[in-house]
Order: sequence, then C-alpha cells, then structure tokens
Amino acid sequence: MAEEIRIVLRNYGKIDPLKIDDYLAQGGYKALEKARTMDPKAVIEEVKKSNLRGRGGAGFNCGQKWSFAYAAEADEKYVVCNADEGEPGTYKDRLIMENDPHTLLEGMAICAHAIGAKKGYIYCRGEYPYVVEILITAIDQAKEKGVLGDFDIEVRSGAGAYVCGEETALIESLEGKRGEPRFKPPYPPSEGLWGKPTIVNNVETFANIPVIMDKGAEWFAAIGVPSYPGTKVVTLTGDVNNKTFFEVPTNTTIREVIYKLGGGIPGGKKFKAVQIGGTSGAFIPESQLDTPIAFDNMAAIGATLGSGAVFVLDETREIVDTVTRIIEFFEHESCGKCAPCREGTARCAELMEKINAGLGSQKDLNLLEKLGRVMTYSCLCGLGQAAPTPALSTIKHFRADYEAKFI
Amino acid sequence: MINLTIDGIQVTVPKGSTILQAAAQAGIRIPTLCWHPDQAVKANCRICVCEVEGNRLLQAACSTPVTEGMVVKSKTPKVIEARTMILELILSNHPQDCLNCIRNQNCELQDLAAEYFIRDNPFEYKTRGYELDRSTPSIVRDQNKCVLCRRCIDACSVTQSVYALGLENRGVSSMVVPTMGEPLIESPCVMCGQCIHACPVGAIYENEQIDELLAAIADPDKVVVTQIAPAVRVALGEEIGMATGELPMEVFVSGLRQVGFDYVLHTNFTADLTIIEEGNELLKRLKEGGTLPMFTSCSPGWINFCETFYPDLLDHLSTCKSPQQMFGALVKTYWAEKMNIDPSKIYSVSIMPCTAKKFEASRPEMCDSGYRDVDLVLTTREIGRLFRMSGIDFSKLAPSQFDPWMGQYTGAAVIFGATGGVMEAALRTVYEVVTEQELKDVNFTAVRGMEGIKEAEVDLNGTVVKVAVAHGLSNARKLMDQVRAGQCDYHFIEIMACPGGCIGGGGQPITKANAKRAERIEAIYVEDEKTPIRKSHENPEIKTIYDEFLHEPLGHKSHELLHTHYHPKNKKYL
Amino acid sequence: MDYRKIISDYADVPGGLIEAYHAVQAELGYLPKEVVAEAARVFNIPTADAYGVATFYSMFSVKSRGKNVIRICESAPCHVAGAAEVVTALERELGVRMGESTPDGVFALEFTECVGQCQATPVITINGKPYLDVKPAQIPSILAEYR
Repeated sequence: MAEEIRIVLRNYGKIDPLKIDDYLAQGGYKALEKARTMDPKAVIEEVKKSNLRGRGGAGFNCGQKWSFAYAAEADEKYVVCNADEGEPGTYKDRLIMENDPHTLLEGMAICAHAIGAKKGYIYCRGEYPYVVEILITAIDQAKEKGVLGDFDIEVRSGAGAYVCGEETALIESLEGKRGEPRFKPPYPPSEGLWGKPTIVNNVETFANIPVIMDKGAEWFAAIGVPSYPGTKVVTLTGDVNNKTFFEVPTNTTIREVIYKLGGGIPGGKKFKAVQIGGTSGAFIPESQLDTPIAFDNMAAIGATLGSGAVFVLDETREIVDTVTRIIEFFEHESCGKCAPCREGTARCAELMEKINAGLGSQKDLNLLEKLGRVMTYSCLCGLGQAAPTPALSTIKHFRADYEAKFI
Repeated sequence: MINLTIDGIQVTVPKGSTILQAAAQAGIRIPTLCWHPDQAVKANCRICVCEVEGNRLLQAACSTPVTEGMVVKSKTPKVIEARTMILELILSNHPQDCLNCIRNQNCELQDLAAEYFIRDNPFEYKTRGYELDRSTPSIVRDQNKCVLCRRCIDACSVTQSVYALGLENRGVSSMVVPTMGEPLIESPCVMCGQCIHACPVGAIYENEQIDELLAAIADPDKVVVTQIAPAVRVALGEEIGMATGELPMEVFVSGLRQVGFDYVLHTNFTADLTIIEEGNELLKRLKEGGTLPMFTSCSPGWINFCETFYPDLLDHLSTCKSPQQMFGALVKTYWAEKMNIDPSKIYSVSIMPCTAKKFEASRPEMCDSGYRDVDLVLTTREIGRLFRMSGIDFSKLAPSQFDPWMGQYTGAAVIFGATGGVMEAALRTVYEVVTEQELKDVNFTAVRGMEGIKEAEVDLNGTVVKVAVAHGLSNARKLMDQVRAGQCDYHFIEIMACPGGCIGGGGQPITKANAKRAERIEAIYVEDEKTPIRKSHENPEIKTIYDEFLHEPLGHKSHELLHTHYHPKNKKYL
Repeated sequence: MDYRKIISDYADVPGGLIEAYHAVQAELGYLPKEVVAEAARVFNIPTADAYGVATFYSMFSVKSRGKNVIRICESAPCHVAGAAEVVTALERELGVRMGESTPDGVFALEFTECVGQCQATPVITINGKPYLDVKPAQIPSILAEYR
C-alpha cells in the first residue's frame, strides 16, 4: 500500500516526449501492432475483461462502451479523447500528454481498430495551448513513422468552458457549436459526433489501453480493487505538504494518499476535510479517510473518485467560504440550457454568499439543501447534477460551520 | 409495440414513443413548458420529469423513449417537489406583473403556476433589467420575461429559416437575442410573428396599438373605416369564446360598428381585385416572355424575406400590392369619391391576421392616395381584446351588412386566407380568361392543405401552366434556391410566410399547434363553398370599379394606385 | 493582417469555427462583429449562431480589450492558496479593477477558472502562458515583460 505503480505515467521522466524513437525504444506501438492482428471483438473482450473503467469521472466500463460503438452500424465512426480537463485541482491528463503523448495516441488507435473508426479527435482544453503543440508534434512524428496506419488524429482546442468536459457538450463543441450537453439517449456510442457512433474516453483511460493489450487483462484486473482495478493518478492541492501527483493502485486509502504520499498537513495543523474528485466532489471528514479511493468504495460513502483531484483543508480553513467559491464556479460554468441548473446554480450561489457574509439563517440553509437535492436528480447533465454536492456534503458533515455564520 | 405502466395504468405504444406520448395515451397529461408539438424535443425546462423505476435520476418525459416493462410514476412526492421547485426558480426570475402583461390569462407559465398552486416562492424575485426592444413596428421583445425555452429560436430558424434569433452568453447570463445582440430591426427579422406563437409567455408580442384606434374613434373629425382580412373571421371567434369558424361574418360586422367603426368594408374586395390585376400580369408575362416564374406578393413577411435573402429575384415578384395596400390606396381615392367624403378625414384601419402588415403599412412608398394609405393595422388578437372589453354578447348581436363599393367579395377572395388560396383564386379566373369557357369545378384541390410545398399543372386549352405553392419560409427557401439555380419550370409560385397561410399569421390567436392551423383552413373552404359567387371576376363591385374608375387591368390608374416596387434590404448580417 | 484570410484557412475543417476564432483572436485580441459575420459566411451558418458561439466560451471576447490578457485563477485550490492577494496586487499595479482593461490598451485583467497548474498555486496566465506559485511581490516584474 501507499506505493506508486506507474502505468499511465510509466514513461514519465524517462523519455523525451518530442522524440517518438524514445517511445518506440520503450516498446511503444507494439501493443497497437498486436491489436491490429486481433479481431476487433477480441480486442474489446480483452478490454472488458480488464474491467478498466473510465478515468474521467463517470467510471463507465470501457470495454462495454466500446462494444456499443462496435455494434452500431454506420459508414463512419469516431474516437474522441476528452482532454478538456477542466476539473479544478486536476492536471493528471496534462502530465500524461506533456510527458508521454504517444501512449494516448496508441490507446486511441487501438480503440479505433476495435470499433472500426478511421478518424480521431483530441479535444484539448483551450487553456493548454502548449500541450496542443506537443500533441501535434507527436502526431506528425507518428504519421511519419507510419505507426498509426490509416487512423488520422486531429487536435482541437476548447475555449474555456468546463461544461465541455461532458461528453455530449464536447461533441457539440467539436461540431463548432456552443458546448451545451445533449439529452441522452441517444448515447454517443450509437449517435455522437455528427450523429455517428463515437467513443469519448478520458486521456488517462486511453493511456491504460496499450499496457492492457501488452500485459493482458488479467494482469490489470489484479491491481487495486477488483470492481475498479488498475491505478489512478491523484493530484494533491490545498493544505498538504507534497502538492504534487502520484499514481497509486485503487485500493490505496484516502488517508494513505494524504499522509503517506502527501506528507500530511503543513505546520502540524489538524485535518478538517478533503474534497476528492474535483470541484463537484463531496467533502469527506476524518472519519471516512480509511476508504479506498476506488470508484464504488467512494460511492458507498456518498463521495466520488472523479478526476482524482485531492483538495485538502486544515482546521483553520473556512468551509463555508471555500464552498461559496466553489458554487460560484458552477454558476459561472453552467451552460444555461436547463432551468434547474441555470437558475439553480445562481440561487445556490446567492444563498451561499448570503450565509458566507454572515447574513444567512436556518431557513436559507434548509432551502439550499432542498434546492441542491432537487438539482441532483432533475438537471439535464452531470454538471447540474453534481454542482450541489460540495454544499450538501459539507452541510451534512460540517453543519456547525454554517450555523456559526448565521445572522 | 412496447408495454409499460404509467401511474399504475398499463399502456401499449409503438417503439420509439416517449414517456410523454405514452402518458397522453394513458390519459395522463404530464406538464411541459419547453416542449412544442411541432418542434424538435428540447428537454431543457425539466418540468416534465418523472420517476422511472430503477433510475436514481428523474427522467424528462418528453425526451425519454419508453422501454418494455418500464414503470413510470408521474406524481410522486419527489416529482412534485422537483417540478414545484423548478417552477419557483423560473418564476422568481420572471417579472411579477401578470396583471399588466399582454399574455395575462393566456400564458403557459401562469397555467403551470396555477396548476402547482405556487403561493409562497422561497426565492427572492429578481428581474434582469433589460429594456424593451421596440425597434420594429410589428413586434416587441421583453427579455425580462424570457424563460429560455428556445421555442422562438426554433420557429425562426427551423420553421422560417430566417435565423434572426439566437443565444448570447451562457449560464444565468444567457439570453435570446436578435442577430449579434443588436435590436430586432437590424436583424434579418421579416416580422412574420411566428416567434410570438412559439413563445409560451409574454416575452415576444405584437406592437399593440388599440389605443390609437380608440383615439381615432373618439375624434369627431375622423371617419374611421376598416377593412378585414379573409383569415380573420375564422379565427377571431377563438378570442371571444367561440369555436374556430363559428363567428358569423355579419355579426362580426355588427360588432365592429358597435365598438365605433364608422364604415366596415372588406379586404376580400381588393383580394378579388388583386386576382384581376395579378392574373392579367401573369398572362402578360406568359405571352410576352416576361420574368417567370412569377411570385405572388400579398404576404409582407414573404416580401421582407425576398428583399432580405433573394434580392436577385425581386423581378419575379408580381408588382401588385397586397390586398391591404390596394385597399388603402383606393379607400382614400375611389371610395372617398363614391361616398363624397373628404379623404383627409379618413382614418384607414386594417384588421389583419398578420404582424408584418404593421410594417407594410408603414413602408414609405405606401402613400399613392396622397395620404398614408393605411393608417393603422390591428391584429386579430387586438380586435379580440377590443371585443372582450366591449361587453357584447355575440350570440345575441343582430347581423348587418358591409358598407357599399368595397364590401362585396367572392369565395375566391375568402380562400386567400389559406395556403394555396391565392393560387386557386387566380386559376379560377385565369382559366376562364384564357379558355373563354366556363370553369365548371372551381375546386383546385391539388394546391390545398398543410403539405409544405404543393405543385399542380393546369391545362388551359393546350397551354399548360405549372404552379407551385409554399407556406412557411423554410419551404419558400427551398423553392427560391431552385429558382435561383434555374432548376424549376414553374410559371407561377404562391408563397405565404406563415405555415398554413394567413390563418396561421403572426397576429392570429396564439396558435399552439399545426392542428389548429389545419382546422382554420377547413373553416375557410367551408366559407368559400357557402359564398354565392366564387370567381373574382364575377364580383359586381369589381366590375363597377373597372367600369367607373380603373378602366382596365394594368392600366394607368392601376399602375398609379395598385402596383409597387421592391428594394433589397441589405441587412448588415444574415 | 487579414482576418478573412485567417478564417478561410479553416473553411474546410468540419466544425472548425472555434479553431478559426482562436486564430483570429490570437492576432486581434478579440472577435469584432465583422469577424463573427465573416466566420458565419465562410462556415455557412447563421450569423446568430456564430455570435452564440463567440459569446459562449470564456476565452473569446466580442468586446475589445487590452492586448495582453492577464488571467488569474479563482478556483478553490488557488483561492485557498492566496489568489485574493494576487488580485489586489494586480489591481494596484495596473490601476484597474478585475474585468477591466488599462486605458493604454496594454493589459486586460480577467478572472479565469482552473488552468490545470494546481501543483503551483496560485497561478496566473498572460496570453495563455502560465506563471506559477505567484507571490504578490512578483507582479511588477512579471508585468514588466509585457510593457
């Protein structure tokens, strides 16, 4: 436990990302070669058997998703990499793309073979222009070497919209439109980019694929927790000594991440709460720190692994102030399409600001709880559904902090 | 077929049905706001959410397809709580001035608030602070009332292909705006008013001018004369508690006299006149190799559309003014003479199903009488309001006749109100002029009905005339693209800006579904059949005006008063 | 620099409107209405839609602003790391408030949400280039690079 296992970051610091020969020397693109000799169905079976689940936050079984796109009949299919990475506190995908872009390209190419796609897109957030350059260089080098075969990958930039991390909003953005999510069904594997079957997977998810093809599904499935095997890159921010990243097996507990790897809280202060998964994650109190970070284990305590961001707050931190800033984020990032999110995030922010300013009351808190609850099951997409979670979880675990600020 | 249960009721529906459709079949009306029967599903208001067993999230009924064995619950406490809260959210960001609002008592948001008995909104009311957009003579926009359902954008883009409306910004700052966020008059807006019908609330509405009429009526110096468009009567009853088509014409006339009009005449008269002028214009172009196909020109929304998007095709338009404008020019010349009334005292009103007519009446060139030809245009809805205020019991009101000289009309004029009507009316006359034979069956059914583009061929004793009819501007655009590309061989094309024709016009009673348009079209053809004379050239008052005043179709007098020119609009952004 | 040429380079990119906007904005600093209209024409979409896209994304601006766009991250990890003090320093140094541009047109000051450099909070970016572990005292020397 509390040891790193570097799978997606296996080449970090060992190769020059701008030299494809370095990647090849590490055995790069052999997995793709192998996959291309296999029947697409066999490739999908292998990925399914590995039980690799999405690393972007939704945690859907990767092979299962690919099988839907495989089964769909269409003249064109697409592989899309979600490199929007807008979740505050998260930079794991940047690490992968900046240091080992080819693992992403190889993973996408294997997916393309599996589902029958000839074209891929990497949707890279607009705030990472320097990463876009690296990706383009890598793709050019891969084309030159001929390793991608007839699979063409194009890099596209986002333009500053967190909601474009949602797969259908991302697709809308690729189509040159406002990044507003679509209602589902239909799901992208049946009807996605330009109405064609599309696989949208996170960078970290794709980065696992070459290793799974190379070392085998069983090897992967044996790492970490069986229901969510493999590793997760966690990025630590806030009140923690080692504000850096680690790639750990999924059975690592939160406590191990914060104290063993993270070096604990600076200044000898006491732990107050940790928000895991990004800015829509639940705040977790000390009593739940022995939970493994795997997806289902987190869900069982009403939290999420999400993007793997680990945001630590010590005893001196104002929970209410932090959550106010978070809810303002959601008000700012709401796409505005559906009423409960558009109006709800604004009203949540209003209520939090009122309470944070010392002007709130029990009535306001009760209203906030009710509003948050309704949003979690009536909003059109994950943004609105998850936005109230920081408030709801802190009201549950730290109600006294809120009440202390009442007028 | 799929079997499912909704609120304990078993129902079987075709595959691909939504929960909303299945519920309707089960006799359960799930509330909606952004859903519209004639538009693509949007699923953005989330009011139609329901519980579906096995799902933690509530599912929007309008967008969720049913599955075998699905168990849906539309009225659980969780659902009611969610719907109520969503309504409270929308209501609290909406002006609370129902009493002053033009859609008071005809507003989908009001209906929902009442159905969910929202008494105490826990959210503080706020308003967005926008100024009203009164930049056009026809349509007013109040962005403070917008509920962001996006139905207007759908109407303007998908149905009308004008694309004058879009979205600006995101999140709680998002708003529906005209192109580039500029005032509506700067956008490609053609003022057809289909957005008004699409809007569930009072965020878009007609430029209400009833006060101007009342001032004119109160002015002892003014002689207030009105014309009535053919599409008005069949729908006006809907505004005063009657069924579509139920209000008898002569009772309508009496009603207008009751509220203060000095003289009541009919646009149908000039509709018949239009047929004579336009029919002859078509024959002239056919004979002399003029610009073909010729387009009809009585729909000002269509004229605006042509001037905006197809200025290169303006030569195809008939030079005939619309019946409204022909009427306006004649009422202050021919009719004033006949009635021995000083034209400077005539206040010429027109009651129209149309919002674009308010713009049309204000076009600078529409003053061939020497005065403004039409002083005021009121929509069917405005007259409806006036009638409701008047306290008249229309079931007891005695009928009366139109005033003379410009009040007689034929069935051919009546059908102007429906898509295909102008075409059919023209064919009834052109047939007899060309073949010099009596037209036994006046019914050209091929050009009738709600299909978007209709075609027909008419054999005029060896001369085959090919015609096309389109209604709704997306359909118009399809035809225009063909004409522009030189790909069609029609001789005559009728275009109506509004789906269904004028009976679906922007000024009609708020029309929530195409089914209502189809119903009004039925009523138009019923009226046509009941009208004794059904061919324009047989209208006695038409014979009189040519004998005594115009002398000949397309003659000097006609060109002076009844024909016009068009101009490219050169809109900044399309 | 002809924005028409820049936009036309993307004419054959399906859905390439956002790429075109980035390219023009890199030259002009913002997206004037003529650019939006031209993009609409080239991509054959209604101008209303092109405008809707230009105003949806945080990185695009349809209003002119200072040439060098300074963005300070205000997401929670930067917020607790002292972003507020950096904001104060920026406002003091430039003499404008957040959301404004300097009168000489050299700088624009905007908030942004997380830019993905959370290992070194607080973070600012200038023209997209990140500056890490920013202390208020560093602001004058950072800005000097752009004067």
